[in-house]
Amino acid sequence: MDLYEYQGKQFFARYGIPVSPGEAVTTVDDAVAAAERIGYPVVVKAQVQVGGRGKAGGIKLADSADEVRTHAGNILGMDIKGHTVETLWIELASDIAEEYYASFTLDRSAKKHLGMLSAQGGVEIEAVAEENPDAIAKIWVDPVDGLTEQQARAWVEAAQLDPAATDGAVDILLKLYTAYVEGDADLVEINPLILKPTGEVHALDAKVTLDGNSLFRHEDYEVYEETQVRDEREQAAHDKGLQYVGLDGFVGIIANGAGLAMSTVDIVSQVGGEPANFLDIGGGASAEVMAGALEVINNDAAVRSIFINIFGGITKGEEVANGIVTALGRVQIDVPIVIRLDGTNADLGREILEPHLSDKLQMQPTMVDAAETVVALAGK
Amino acid sequence: MSIFVDESTKVIYQGLTGSQGRFYGLLNREYGTQVVAGTNPKKAGTDVDGIPVHATVGEAVEATGATASCIFIPAPGVRSAVMEAAEGGVTFIVAITEGVPAQDEAWFFNKLKRDFPDVQLLGPNCPGIISPGKANIGITAGHIAKAPVEGEKTVGIVSRSGTLTYQALYELKLNDIGVSTCVGIGGDPVPGTSFIDCLERFEADPETDAVMMIGEIGGSAEEEAAEFIASKMSKPVVSYIAGVTAPPGKKMGHAGAIVSGGKGTAQAKMDALRAAGAEVGLNPTEAGRLMVEVVKGL
Repeated sequence: MDLYEYQGKQFFARYGIPVSPGEAVTTVDDAVAAAERIGYPVVVKAQVQVGGRGKAGGIKLADSADEVRTHAGNILGMDIKGHTVETLWIELASDIAEEYYASFTLDRSAKKHLGMLSAQGGVEIEAVAEENPDAIAKIWVDPVDGLTEQQARAWVEAAQLDPAATDGAVDILLKLYTAYVEGDADLVEINPLILKPTGEVHALDAKVTLDGNSLFRHEDYEVYEETQVRDEREQAAHDKGLQYVGLDGFVGIIANGAGLAMSTVDIVSQVGGEPANFLDIGGGASAEVMAGALEVINNDAAVRSIFINIFGGITKGEEVANGIVTALGRVQIDVPIVIRLDGTNADLGREILEPHLSDKLQMQPTMVDAAETVVALAGK
Repeated sequence: MSIFVDESTKVIYQGLTGSQGRFYGLLNREYGTQVVAGTNPKKAGTDVDGIPVHATVGEAVEATGATASCIFIPAPGVRSAVMEAAEGGVTFIVAITEGVPAQDEAWFFNKLKRDFPDVQLLGPNCPGIISPGKANIGITAGHIAKAPVEGEKTVGIVSRSGTLTYQALYELKLNDIGVSTCVGIGGDPVPGTSFIDCLERFEADPETDAVMMIGEIGGSAEEEAAEFIASKMSKPVVSYIAGVTAPPGKKMGHAGAIVSGGKGTAQAKMDALRAAGAEVGLNPTEAGRLMVEVVKGL
């Protein structure tokens, strides 16, 4: 779950990380009212989950109510790399002496938490990593031990921040680590982490990705679920509890198991088609789940044919086939469907499907045959 | 031979009294697995279709001499279930449960490594492990795998994906190739058992002649496996990587299947495996075909 900057800052604030006072608003009038409460100068910041907001004109300094009105009016509704700005974050402007970078994420290879700190903040860290990797001080934290103050201090020294920033940075990094672990984040990133001329260290931006698997112990994360960026299809699938990723093509895909679904998307591409989606219906392949999946795909106007790829394991072929037949009875599908059913009792399943076959409902024995057929049908 | 588990492995099912635990526990027993006990602190002293239920793994180990456990506990309880198993004295833990927070996985992976270095954890979010004809621990449909036959060439399988594992087992069976052990390491960011853990054992297993390795996008486990294959393996490896066309930044069903910051692409993994001397199929069927050729050539 990706958070917007304002949500990330609220998340940071809960763990005591200093952020600028600010308010999230969705209208020009509210933006002005917020600025009046906060006091000038303020920064008007577009809330989108994509980098490069500043360059796109999505971040503006305002010294007066009139300026806030102008900037908020311009930025609300603005399109930034395909993301429409619906929310603004209005915050008190900060004086900046230095800009740093700090983050924690999981190093899957080392199986430890990786902290990255750099005196070169405010720019994309990938660029720093490429051009000047020595400018990033890394620390690997064993999750069992956690991060100690001593380690944090040595890490800050290694990053060669301004000595005036040391105490503030150590304090923030310890809090950031706590937020990352206790908050069940996949990523916490502050870029820039700033040193003010007055000596305080402070988070000027917030990028936070939370682990969707941790909702059971963070009931308050439900609010973030509601603000996830999903297209209409992804939202419909999400509401049905399906694992769905929208793609740009025209062949709808339903498969059981994440690996098989990925594999199906691949094979459709390999034979010259363009997949419209990734959809994993899980192991069961019941009529209910199948019908839900078909509904989601059916609502995608770009879909010109559908590939149902099921491998029966514990769930037997005849159960899968009955599920498909029942689902097709419930959902009116206008585009042709190609089914590939294999695995446990595939023969029995195919027998059940046989009487239902037509030009618009075909069956193929292998993934490759089915992919070729479904792509050919999409072309007509 | 097989790796990790065989017909003598006694297994405790944590969560045997739940619907999933009961369903698969009994299926596994039917397959021939020694399902010797279940655990549930509230139902100690009862049984599940004749399988005794103990309060804790420790008590179950004491009563049965089990060396393995299989976890069908819901995600919130997995962290403590894993530690209970290790503290209870088993040395092989299979965690089937999906949806375990990554912070928990990172924590118990390191905790086990430090305090219980002899314990091997498989999963979480995995289909389990099957040594065909000997033992099946987890949710794999046992009958889709062909047991090894003495004198015939035998393949070991290691995979990050459940259904693709079944697909691989099935294709090999259709081609009359037996499997020594099939390990589903799961699709989470911090798998307890890695590709290398399995490759190492397959290389040392006298019964295994070749290895099928099924990977997917995300992380660098396949690249690390490629290094191992190049430097430490004499047995042939055939591989397949899912997710060639996956868009960056999207989790493709599995928590760990994500291309982020340009890293973890299928292409990079396939390139690394090819450079290491492994054969790489572009789809599961092609990988199956390549394996048939490799086995014929042995």
